[in-house]
Amino acid sequence: MDSVGNIILYFVVAIAMVFSAFMAVTTTKILRAATYLLFSLICTAIFYFQLGYQFLGAVQIAVYAGGIMVLFVFAIILTHKPNEKSAPLEAHRKFTGIAASVIGAVLLILALFKMPLVKGVSLAQAFSYGGPQLTMHDIGTALVGSDKFQYLLPFEAVSVLLLACIIGGVVIARKK
Amino acid sequence: MDISILWYLVPSILLFVCGVYGFITRKNMIAMLISLELMLNSADLNFVIFNRYLFPGSMEGMMFTLFAIAIAAAETAIAIAIIINIYRAIGNTNVTDIKEMKF
Amino acid sequence: MDITLPILILAIPIAMFLILGIGGVVMPRKVAGVLGILGMGTCAVLAYTVAFTYFFSGAPDFINEFGQRLQYQVFDCTWLAFTDKLVVKLGFLLDPISAMMLIVITTISFFVHLYSWGYMEHEPGFQRYYAFLSLFSFSMLGLVVATNIFQMYIFWELVGVSSYLLIGFFYKLPSAVSASKKAFIVTRFADLGFLIGILLLSYYTDTFNFQALTSNPELVMAECGGATFMGASVMTWAMVLIFMGGMGKSAMMPLHIWLPDAMEGPTPVSALIHAATMVVAGVYLVARMFPCYCQVPASMDFVGVVGAITAFYAAVVACCQVDIKRVLAFSTISQIAFMMVSLAVARDYIPVGEHWHAPGLGYMASMFHLFTHAMFKALLFLGAGCLIHAVHSNDYTAMGGLRKYMPITHWTFLIGCLAIAGIPPFSGFFSKDEMLAAMYQNSFFWGAWMSMVAGLTAFYMFRLYYLIFWWDENPHYQHHKPHDGPWQMSLPLIILALVSCVAGFIPFGEFVTYNGEPYHIHLETAVALTSVAIALIAIALATWLYAKKNDKPAKMRAALPTLWEAAHRRFYWDEIYQFVTHKIIFGIICNSIAWFDRHVIDATMDGFAKITQKGSYAIRGMQNGHIQAYVAWYFFGALALAAVVWLCLV
Repeated sequence: MDSVGNIILYFVVAIAMVFSAFMAVTTTKILRAATYLLFSLICTAIFYFQLGYQFLGAVQIAVYAGGIMVLFVFAIILTHKPNEKSAPLEAHRKFTGIAASVIGAVLLILALFKMPLVKGVSLAQAFSYGGPQLTMHDIGTALVGSDKFQYLLPFEAVSVLLLACIIGGVVIARKK
Repeated sequence: MDISILWYLVPSILLFVCGVYGFITRKNMIAMLISLELMLNSADLNFVIFNRYLFPGSMEGMMFTLFAIAIAAAETAIAIAIIINIYRAIGNTNVTDIKEMKF
Repeated sequence: MDITLPILILAIPIAMFLILGIGGVVMPRKVAGVLGILGMGTCAVLAYTVAFTYFFSGAPDFINEFGQRLQYQVFDCTWLAFTDKLVVKLGFLLDPISAMMLIVITTISFFVHLYSWGYMEHEPGFQRYYAFLSLFSFSMLGLVVATNIFQMYIFWELVGVSSYLLIGFFYKLPSAVSASKKAFIVTRFADLGFLIGILLLSYYTDTFNFQALTSNPELVMAECGGATFMGASVMTWAMVLIFMGGMGKSAMMPLHIWLPDAMEGPTPVSALIHAATMVVAGVYLVARMFPCYCQVPASMDFVGVVGAITAFYAAVVACCQVDIKRVLAFSTISQIAFMMVSLAVARDYIPVGEHWHAPGLGYMASMFHLFTHAMFKALLFLGAGCLIHAVHSNDYTAMGGLRKYMPITHWTFLIGCLAIAGIPPFSGFFSKDEMLAAMYQNSFFWGAWMSMVAGLTAFYMFRLYYLIFWWDENPHYQHHKPHDGPWQMSLPLIILALVSCVAGFIPFGEFVTYNGEPYHIHLETAVALTSVAIALIAIALATWLYAKKNDKPAKMRAALPTLWEAAHRRFYWDEIYQFVTHKIIFGIICNSIAWFDRHVIDATMDGFAKITQKGSYAIRGMQNGHIQAYVAWYFFGALALAAVVWLCLV
């Protein structure tokens, strides 16, 4: 049995997340779309917190909501005039999009309900099955360790990727 | 009332199909990128959900998400650099206007 | 026996072919001609050496203590080994007939090489001509020394190709081109039967080798068991089919139609290929397989009947031809048919209830006639070449009264005519007498029939002779005085004429008989007298009709217009073939097959192509470069796939 607070929090966050996601893809103003995306990302971060992954939630807010959104906003400001509205959607595009998303949603949700998942387990039970709370120490050890279930190699690979990305970004965006 | 795994997965699916809708319908490349982020976010969320409900003792799902966020950041940075470059070349960010690979 | 000489006999002509064929372009005519003549001369000397060694050395390889000549394989090496049983070998077989043929081929070939130097002097493609002659000599030599029937088949096809190349030598003349195609296609068609026959025979006897086949001919009958097909035993079919190859090459009815047309080739080629050597390949084939044919009397009867009909037919047609080369061509067909009949009346055993004194007489006589005929027919053709060279026309209407202008040609041609007519002491008399003796020995009917053909032969040859050399002088001679050819052309004529005079006195039976045992030729007085009498009557008739210009031939022709026209048109054989091939085969069968091919097979393939094209036109809009469309398709596809998997699993 989950606490009422958790349930209320869940509903608020879930509705906000889906709504902002919906608005992000339907609004005609691109800056608003970015803002809705930000809300959606923050809601996801809250879900991460609720699921007990505080570090991940923090990373989500810092990197996504903080870093990536800034990139988006800069890009939008660089490429759009203020209050510029996007052109109305062409009918066949809209039709294809709606068809794809509705059919996808229906099929996926149907599949979800048919699947033999652990449906009876509540969030509190899930927490109780898990061991002690994840600590930063555990995460740090896992990230830079080289044993089983430890991620030094991917960690370094991502660091190289980020370096390549910085260089690539500079090269691509540089004026000729 | 229990918050079962489905409670989390359904919003995740909705997030994903919103992303699909946006990606297919929007012409603006930045809007498409936003839709892409939504889809990626939904996938990230799924990792975390399954980790919590199915394998609460381990943290592989979380680690995947962690790396995915890092890679998404890199990908977004590159994508935005490209978009700005295209804007410089053709004056807008409309995906249907990109008809030549070499400008 | 040392294998160097035999190998050289084959190697020199093929080397000449390659040298002249490849280097001929840069070679002056004289060099090419001298090279060709010297090569063939060397080859002839070597062939004579080998043949004389075989006949006269008395080595135990060649003749046993009873005086019987033996077959001897100088070498026999494996060429293609497909399976354990199907092994194609190439070798060199020496026996009386192959040694005799070596002499005939190299002699005639040498004289033709020499003669061509004069005859072809001003023709373009002189070097190519000599290259083809060398190729032909090589192929023909390879054919006669074949140790096995498959080697013979290979060289058989090679002579066919050489014949094709030489008939079509003047490839700018449409008639020469069509004649060469006709010759090739007709003989090739006959060779199909030959090949089937070879396969049948070797399937049942497990061997290609002539020695194995002929030394033990009972094998042929024993191995096939009682297998029959359409009322005849399989072996009868095999032997008849093998003979079909011979019918094609030797121009027996009904496959004779190519030989008259083959006269489109240069005249020396006609002398070499279409009179003396290649066209007797069919006779040689039957002689080579003689013991096997004897085992299957039905096939022998077939050979005889075909030969007898052809001999008569060709003789009648020869009486009504205008083109002198065609007369000679039909004469050749008739004489070869004579040899066939002679072979067919011979047996390697004395038939039950008969009292033959020499069962293989026909075989010996046939080979004897092959030898003498090669000489005098080559002489006649070379003489005809001189005439054509002098008056630039093939028709006797452009000639007449030439005896004063061309004495050498006249006398040698007369000797040739006397030889073929069977007047003693010329060579044709002796061989023809032996053949007729053999036929009378078999049955009176054969003898009488062939005596009649011999009479016709004498008639049409002297008709030709008188029309060319007597009759009436052609008025064109005032503008262009005909004369004998240069020495290169006259010398072969003189030598061949001398050979035709004396060849009859060769004790041929000492050398060539069906079983290798010597046979002492003695003239059958009755047969000889009859045939000489018939020949003399025929010659007298020809003299009466054609010696001086008169209107008797025209009257005869007017009296029997239908017969004359039919004989002149060769009894419409070409028209029949034309009808069968064009109207029936091309018109009905091929057209329907072509229709099927065009409207069913091609249409199916075209349909596939059209459907693919239409389909690709229809869906090419999908590949529009719009990433969002791709994503939509991809997403729908993934969903559909997921749905299918899910439906299958649930």
